[in-house]
Amino acid sequence: MGQAGWAPAWRQPEPKLKYDVIIIGGGGHGLATAYYLAKLHGITNVALLEKGWIGGGNSGRNTTIVRSNYFVEGNTAFYEHSLKLWEGLSHDLNYNVMFSQRGHLNLFFTPGQRDAMMRRYNIMRLNGIDGEFLDREQVQKMVPHLNYSEQSRLPILGGFLQARAGTARHDAVNWGYARAASTLGVDIIQNCEVTGFIKKAGRIVGVETSRGEVEAEKIGMAVAGSTSVLAAQAGLGPLPIESHKLQAFVSEPIKPFLDTVVVYGAGHGHFYISQSDKGGMVFGGDLDGYNSYAQRGNLPIYTDVASCAMNVMPALGRIKLLRQWAGIMDMSMDGSPFITKTNLSGFYLNAGWCYGGFKAIPGSGWCFAHTIAHDQPHEINSLLTLDRYAQGRQIDESGHGPFPKSH
Amino acid sequence: MLRLNCPFCGLRDHHEFAYLEDASVQMPSFEDTSEKAWFEAVFLRKNLRGVHVEHWHHIHGCRMILRVERDTQTHVISKVEAAHPSFRQRLSDVNDETKLISKARSKT
Repeated sequence: MGQAGWAPAWRQPEPKLKYDVIIIGGGGHGLATAYYLAKLHGITNVALLEKGWIGGGNSGRNTTIVRSNYFVEGNTAFYEHSLKLWEGLSHDLNYNVMFSQRGHLNLFFTPGQRDAMMRRYNIMRLNGIDGEFLDREQVQKMVPHLNYSEQSRLPILGGFLQARAGTARHDAVNWGYARAASTLGVDIIQNCEVTGFIKKAGRIVGVETSRGEVEAEKIGMAVAGSTSVLAAQAGLGPLPIESHKLQAFVSEPIKPFLDTVVVYGAGHGHFYISQSDKGGMVFGGDLDGYNSYAQRGNLPIYTDVASCAMNVMPALGRIKLLRQWAGIMDMSMDGSPFITKTNLSGFYLNAGWCYGGFKAIPGSGWCFAHTIAHDQPHEINSLLTLDRYAQGRQIDESGHGPFPKSH
Repeated sequence: MLRLNCPFCGLRDHHEFAYLEDASVQMPSFEDTSEKAWFEAVFLRKNLRGVHVEHWHHIHGCRMILRVERDTQTHVISKVEAAHPSFRQRLSDVNDETKLISKARSKT
């Protein structure tokens, strides 16, 4: 009767003493890694250890935007691969992740911004990634209710559109990967915090957890936000990462108002907004700006994001906020991630996702599973290494130099 | 809302300040040409969960750069002082002089 007939979507096993592979971290990246290990590489004796509940960290705290409008080598192939996986994900998992290719519209306000974005989108097109230039009239036709006033603080000159980009339902992604991985034999163990590492002859052979010791041949870590803390325990030493908090906001639900993702970055203004299927306006802006492991935001960014919203979409002014929250980002020193082997044998790192971990979930899991299974990276993630900084090969998409503030 | 007790201006809201960087990073001297030292200073961070030493700029106030000790898990600020040692010394001297003056005044 009613909604009473539902069975749990994944098993709740007790941890075994030994596995072939342990994945630390039950966010989207860890879940996707476990799934692709089982599905594509035949490694099903896998434990996924999560300190809280799956999808309770950044996977449940993002603004759900999926895109691949990157132009630097190392990022282009990776994010486009991830977007292609998104396009088939609901069928692959047999779980509706509500991936909606509603387009991602990047506004520009100055000729300089236009030229920089034109370069980016031309390079994308040369790489086989879709991207279109829209002039002011075309933007106005597509999203009529932006601020097109001549007196606007940020007069809209046009926009760049990635039509294949869009949004997805974050919980469904986590639950879909969890159910599919569990069905293939992966043990998803929640409320199991990794508190230390077991080392024998200089090699990490297992982990100490709040639910006892677990051993494994190989261990992969995907714990964005807490990467530096666990990496220090594992003996990786300081990493090129700072933990920063990024806030997101959702309004009260309203009738259909915005059928695409609208984004801009201009000077110190930074803003992205979409409407969820429940009707809430989901939006965000910059980092709070100071190192933090606290999953709660601070007032200056509220006002900053609100003023960014009012600049381009003044109609939002009367809408009430429903919720606000913060997640802890691994901000890497060039704004690009790591999916890599480490200098510890049998220990693999997935980290450094900055603002953009959600869209990367399928590609990241796919590449991380390959890296763990074969003990070497796939060509697609071969540049996403930790040692690129020492070699002077940063993947600096925004050209900002070595600061942990980039996308 | 974070509030920092600026040693020059008193207790002020977060809005007046800009976060600069991890203050524990020591840049090598310009004579030091080793790649390793520069790589570590430019790229690697301890990224502590706990008490973190950092620089803030009182950009909408006295424009001084401050050295702040703040817990990255609780946001509790345990210490705020001038970043530059000579300013710390001068502030301390001024405070001592002020105490001496008020002591002298209270006697008369």
